[in-house]
Parts: sequence; structure tokens; C-alpha cells
Amino acid sequence: MLPVIESFGVCKSYGTTRALDNISFTVNESEIFGFIGPDGAGKTTLFRIITTLLLPDEGTIKVLGLNCTTGYKELRKNIGYMPGRFSLYQDLSVEENLNFYATVFGTTVEENYDLISDIYSHIEPFKKRLAGKLSGGMKQKLALSCALIHKPKILVLDEPTTGVDAVSRAEFWQMLEKLKSHNITIIVSTPYMDEAMRCDKVALIQNGRILAINTPDKIREGFTRKLFTVKAMDKFKLITTLRKYPETITAWPFGDSVHLTLNGDNTDDSLLIFLRNEGITDPVIEEIAAGIEDRFLELMEKGSKG
Amino acid sequence: MFGNNYMNDKVIYVHNLVKKFGNFVANDNLNFEVYRGEIFGFLGANGAGKTTAIRILSGLSRPTSGEVIVAGFDAYKQAEMIKKNIGYMCQKFSLYEDLTVKENIMLYGGIYGMKLALIKKRVHELLERLNFQEYENRIISDLPLGLRQKLAFSVAVLHEPKIVFLDEPTGGVDPITRRQFWEMIYETAAGGITVFVTTHYMDEAEYCDRISIMSEGRIVALDTPAALKKMYEAETVEEVFIKIARPALA
Amino acid sequence: MKRFLGFVKKEFLHIFRDYRTLIILFGIPVAQILIFGFAVSTDIKNAGVAFLDLSKDEITQKLTDKIISSGFFKKTDNLLNYSDIDLIFKTGKTKAVIVFEENFGSKLIKDGKASINIIADGSDPNVATLVTNYTIAIISDYNRELNKPAVNSSIMIQPEVKMFYNPELKSHFMFVPGVITLILILICALMTSVTITREKEFGTMEVLLVSPLKPVQIILGKVTPYFLLSFINVILILIMSWLVFGLPVKGSVTLLLLESMLYILMSLSLGILISTVSKTMQQAIFISFIGLMLPTILLSGFIFPIENMPKIYDYVSAVLPPRYFIIIIKSIMIKGTGILFVWKETLILLLMTILFIGISVRKFKVRLE
Repeated sequence: MLPVIESFGVCKSYGTTRALDNISFTVNESEIFGFIGPDGAGKTTLFRIITTLLLPDEGTIKVLGLNCTTGYKELRKNIGYMPGRFSLYQDLSVEENLNFYATVFGTTVEENYDLISDIYSHIEPFKKRLAGKLSGGMKQKLALSCALIHKPKILVLDEPTTGVDAVSRAEFWQMLEKLKSHNITIIVSTPYMDEAMRCDKVALIQNGRILAINTPDKIREGFTRKLFTVKAMDKFKLITTLRKYPETITAWPFGDSVHLTLNGDNTDDSLLIFLRNEGITDPVIEEIAAGIEDRFLELMEKGSKG
Repeated sequence: MFGNNYMNDKVIYVHNLVKKFGNFVANDNLNFEVYRGEIFGFLGANGAGKTTAIRILSGLSRPTSGEVIVAGFDAYKQAEMIKKNIGYMCQKFSLYEDLTVKENIMLYGGIYGMKLALIKKRVHELLERLNFQEYENRIISDLPLGLRQKLAFSVAVLHEPKIVFLDEPTGGVDPITRRQFWEMIYETAAGGITVFVTTHYMDEAEYCDRISIMSEGRIVALDTPAALKKMYEAETVEEVFIKIARPALA
Repeated sequence: MKRFLGFVKKEFLHIFRDYRTLIILFGIPVAQILIFGFAVSTDIKNAGVAFLDLSKDEITQKLTDKIISSGFFKKTDNLLNYSDIDLIFKTGKTKAVIVFEENFGSKLIKDGKASINIIADGSDPNVATLVTNYTIAIISDYNRELNKPAVNSSIMIQPEVKMFYNPELKSHFMFVPGVITLILILICALMTSVTITREKEFGTMEVLLVSPLKPVQIILGKVTPYFLLSFINVILILIMSWLVFGLPVKGSVTLLLLESMLYILMSLSLGILISTVSKTMQQAIFISFIGLMLPTILLSGFIFPIENMPKIYDYVSAVLPPRYFIIIIKSIMIKGTGILFVWKETLILLLMTILFIGISVRKFKVRLE
């Protein structure tokens, strides 16, 4: 497996704010590599360095064997970039946008059409419509098509699914998975934890630091304790009660249940009794395997403790 | 569920609501009710008509036809009264970036027409509850996103309105802050304030007492998350959503 | 009421925390008063005056001295014949030529009257009128002096006024070229500065930067359509000023068009330069429109002659491109001069253009910061 992107100790600051702190990772060919983390984690800054738009203060990044700082001219021909706000020309039509990007990259729409046909077919019926009048999901597909039209070796997608509804998000990830067969390496950032599971490798990033970097499954498995779910009718009361329980380490709401970790990893009856005494009727307690979000929460808490 | 006795108090009543923009029907015969103290999730794809409906409910826009009663006031004739009795927090903007925490709270308190003594009391309470005392005189733009969102929410309910509308309040926020935010929502609802929230995080839909899913201007589902999952044989609300909500066709 | 006060307080806070608003509130009025106070004047100071003395006697000498020592004028030349007049006006240094007829002094004493021709440069009607009036006043004064000794004496010096280039003293000879200068620079600078900052604001600049496009290609790509369209604009404006205002192009139309294209190119480059220092469209619009407008109107010699202003304004005006183009356009259109008389101004515009483009290309960041 050839490393396509290698980062060594990259740091970047804006004034006194440390946007990136000692970032090191490797991305291999044809991988879908995800950067998962909230706003302000440093994802956009990192992606701008990878696409040669910013210079790191310390450290180096090598893309396709070239140094990002010095080899930027050559690299820019081989990267397809989709920045956070989609960067489409609102007053040009779908067709015109695609043609423009094809021309700028020295190619034509026909030349690489097979690469984008799956994606573009969704919006082709609207090709004369102005990009500004498309829905979020459609803009997303157009922006992806424009990023791919010159058949780049690497696709860099900065939060392509933010603010887009769940259906479009699911479709988008299906399209990404199909691109792997064309030997395109994809790095993508997202604040949605569930999308992490669809990546080959994932880096959890928070406040400019990488908390964990591995396959999604291995990250999940890194969860250090036993995880329990507790369900009850009154969710809010349940959470506050669980937090009062002396053996509770963490109690976080997760959808329709609460994820609980305990001292000693032990659920004997004392928890049940405690809950009943507090007026929680019929709580349902089960042990489950940790998801990637559980692990992220655990790492975040550890990180905040220093 | 909402373990309180406020269930029979309707704070939102919508009957055959239609909103047209020219020939385009943004809201096509919506029918629903929301009760006091409920956490009501309003879901749907982009372009499904959610924002249009929320603008009508918050008194910012007039319906084309149908009955809309919010906090006991008619949306056609009493829109100003609606505005006085609701709180509103939208994702793009809630607080003035170049003012401090305290200044923002004082400002909104003034705008809501609260007495000065009450505002000052609330400032204290708010800062203590959020553990924000050290940030009292910090400019908003200096604060991280998570803190800003929490503060924005507190300010939206500063005047203890009957309903608070939250438009994607947790966009881009880290998972811990998101959960803390939702605990604030729970607390607020337990205190009798109805929370009407839209979100793209499907797991947050599970926190709601009831949710509605809009698609192409219509409501295609309305029930508790548990009931919907059972009806559509799904494990998560996301699965339900994918099954029944179609994204807007461009 | 409380709501209202709370809101007012917030507005005050916004204002004091944003230095730009404070500049607008306080800085601009102060600057305006200074500019208006000194730049705008309807007096003349050191207006260039040349003499064509066909008589050269004691009286003409005295009158000449009186005119020069009045403080309003300074002598530029002693002409030898009428054909020199056109030439000296073309250089632009002289605003009026005073012609004494032959045997002025003897005619005055023998016949009791003699005539002086005041020929003024009509391409600047304001100045021409002022100069003429001041001169006539001085002459009347001298007239009175001559008549004093003898009560019955009635010596009359008759000044005759002629406007060169603009016999009817139409004011739009002054306005129209000035307006052309103003409009071209504002629109061109505005267009290019906005189009680049718009890409920055919408995020499309990011993707352009990552593409194989070179900065010079991006810049020229932005300038070219506006350059071509502005050319059509110039032709339209010239046709309109000819048809509607009767303003002719006395000199070479080709030269005028070429000079206009140079000026447009300079303005477009200025716009590019503005865009390299503006982060948002709003900033770009503010600088290119509002920032350029007032200095151009007041300090470029468009309405108020630069010679009348304190020296420091002269230096400030020297960096304003419109100052030079106004001279060029008036010279060619109204005086009919050729390149020989405007080469200096042309060269300056050319250098400015090269400077703006050079700095822009250097400042145009290949990266985002």
C-alpha cells in the first residue's frame, strides 16, 4: 500500500490560537480517510494545508511524494478540492460550472465523464438551472462533480455533508464508496460520528489534536470500560438520577437511552434498587459494545482532564 | 416521556395550514398540535418546507390559509403578541458578536421588556447555572462555539416564554456540548416551556417527545420516535427518515 | 420604553467598538472641512498670464507691471506674434494672454482711447471668467489713476475679451471632460475590485487557487472583459457628448481613444490593487467608490484649479491619476493638441499602470494567507 499523504508533526497557529498541534498521520492509496471532530477542531485548516492553500508553521506534509510547500504547482493538478461552502458559481448554470472547472484543469467534460456519470446523472436534468437555485443535496453533487472532473488522484472534501439532510448524506457516501474502484484516494472531514463508520481509517480530532487514529472498529474497541444502556420512560429524570448514583463514572444521553459507565464495571442489583428508590419504574439495563461516539466522548473527557 | 401534567394545554394549534409563494406550495395542508412542556422535533429534508412553517409559527410570516394559533394567539391578527411570547434561536445568528456576555443578556432582557431587577437576577442565575462567571465580560466572538450556543439558548428563554423555537441549534458542536445542550433543553421543558426544535442529527430526534417529518411541503409522519420506529420496522429514526423523506428534487 | 433604551445602548456599543464607524463619523467630516475649506476657492492665485505687447511703451510697461504685481498673476511669457497664442495655451501654463495694440500709449493720449485684448483659455470657463474679471478690474483701476490729475480728462482703456477654444464659454466644456474622467475611474476600479473580492467572499477563490491557473492568468482574465466593454463605453460617451453637448474633438480622435484606453487600463489595475487589500466586497466598494470619488472631484483639477490650492494639496493631487487624464482629455478635445504636449502626462499614467499591475501580481497571494 503506497502512502499517498504523509503528515509529520504539523503545527499551525493563528495568533495565540493553536489550530493544529503536532498532527501526524498517513493515508494510503484508494483509502477513504475520515477526520471526525466538531467545529474549530482544525479540520479545515489541515485540509487547506494539504491542498497547498496554507503553509504549516512547523512540520511537513508530503502528498504523492511531493512536499506541500515546494511542490504545490504540480500537486494542484492532481488534487480535487471541495471546500466547506461548496464554492460553486451561483450565477452560472450547472453545465457552465462543470465546463468551467473542466477547462481550468485542462480537460473536457466528455473526457472523464464516466467518472462522474453516477453522480452527475442526478442533476443532469437540471443542467441549465443556475447553481444558486439548487437544493443543498444537489449543490453537493455538483460540487463533487466539479472536483472530480479532471480525474484527480486525491479528493479532498471539507465537510461535504454539513447542513444536508440524512437522505442526501446517505446517497453521498454511496457515491464516495463507488469512487474507490477508480483508485482515487479520498480524505473527508465531517462532524457526524456515524459517517466515521463508513471510512477505512479515521482520525478523531479535537482542538487541533488527534485523539485517536485507526480503523473505525479498532477505535471502538479501544473503549476502556464496559458500556451499559439504560432505558426508562422519563429520560431526563433518568439521566439526573444516574448522575446521582455514586458508582457512575459517565452517563450520557444517546438517542432513546442513556449510555452508562460504572466504577468497577459492575451492574449488580444496587443500581436497579437505587433507580427504583428514586422513582424510576422499570428501567431496562443492558450491556452493549461501544460505538465510535462513545469512544470519542471518552477520549474528549480524558483530554480535558489533561 | 413528558412526565408532567401539562399535557392538555395546547400551545400550538395548526389546522390545514397552507403557504404559497406564487404558484409554489411550500406548506401543503399541515395539521398538528403541540402541548405544553413537550419537546417537539420538526424534521425534514432541506427544501421540505420546515423553515417556512417555523417562520409562520414564530409570527414572522403570514399563512396563506388555514388556522394557526400559537401561545393562544392568532397568527394572522396577533403576530406581534406571538413574538412577545416566544423565544427564538437560529443557527446563523443569535448573539451580537462584538458585545460581551453580560451585555447580550442585558440587551435581550431589555428587548423582552423585562424589569431591570429581574434581568439582573437572571444574569446571575444564568451565569451560575452555565458556570460562566469568568466569561461575564468576555466578547462573544472570543468564546468557543459550544459556549455560544448554550448562552444563546439561555438568552432565548430568558423571559420564560411559552414556547422556544430552535433552528438547528447544535450544528457543528462537539458531542459533549451537544449532550449538555440537550440536557438544558430537557430542563427547560420540565419547567413547562415547550421546545420546538429542528435538527439534522437523527439521534437528537430520539430525544424528542414527538417528532414530525416533512417532505415536499407535507407532513408524512407524526408520532413518538418509538411508535414510528415500530411502524416502519426501523432501528433508528434515521432509518425511518430515509424510508419516508425524499430529498427535494433540486 | 425600556426596550427602546436597551436597543439604543446596544447601538452605541456597536459604534464605539468598530473603529471604522468612528472614522466615518468623525474622521470624514474633519477631512471634508479641510478639503473644502482650502481646495474650493473661487479666487485665483498665480494664474499664468502672457503678454503680447505690440507697442512696448511706458504705459504698456506700467500696466504690465501693475497686473503682475497684483499678486493674482504671474508672468509666463512675452509673446512676439499672434500665432504664438495657440501654442502657449496648449502648454497649459498660461490662462490668459494680454494683447496691447500697436502705439497703445500714443493712441491713448491722442484719441483718449486704446484697446487691450484679453484672450483667455476658454477650456476652463471658470478660470477664464475669473482671470478676465480680475484683469478688467486692474485695468479700470489704472484707468482711474490716469484720469485723476485732470478733472475733465476722459481716458478710456477698452478691454476686449475673447475666449479661445470656447468662444461661447460653455461650461460643459469643463464639466463633460471632467465627468468622463471621474466616471471612468470610478466604474473601472469598482468593477475589478468587486469581481475579485466577490470570489473571495463566496469561497470560489479557494478552488481557483488550487487549480493550475496562474495568478497572472486570473488577474488578466478578470481585466480583459471589462477592458473591452469599457472601450465601447468610451466611444458611446464621446458620441453622446458630441451629439448632446456639441462638444467636439478638436484634436486626433485616435489619440483620444488610445489615451482613454490607457486610462481605463490604469483604472482597472487600480481596482485589482484595491482588491488585494480588501477582504470583503463591502470594503472594496467603499474604497473604490467612496474613497476615490471625493479626492477625484475636489483635488484633480476637475472643478477647482489646483493652482489655487495650498502647495500641499498640489502634492496630494500629484498622486491622483485623474489629474493627469483631465489635462490630457481637455488638451486633445478642446485645444486640439497632439502627443507632443501631453507626453508627460501619458508617461505618468503608463508608469502608474505598470506600478499597479506589478504590485497586484506580487501581492496576489498564491495561498490563502
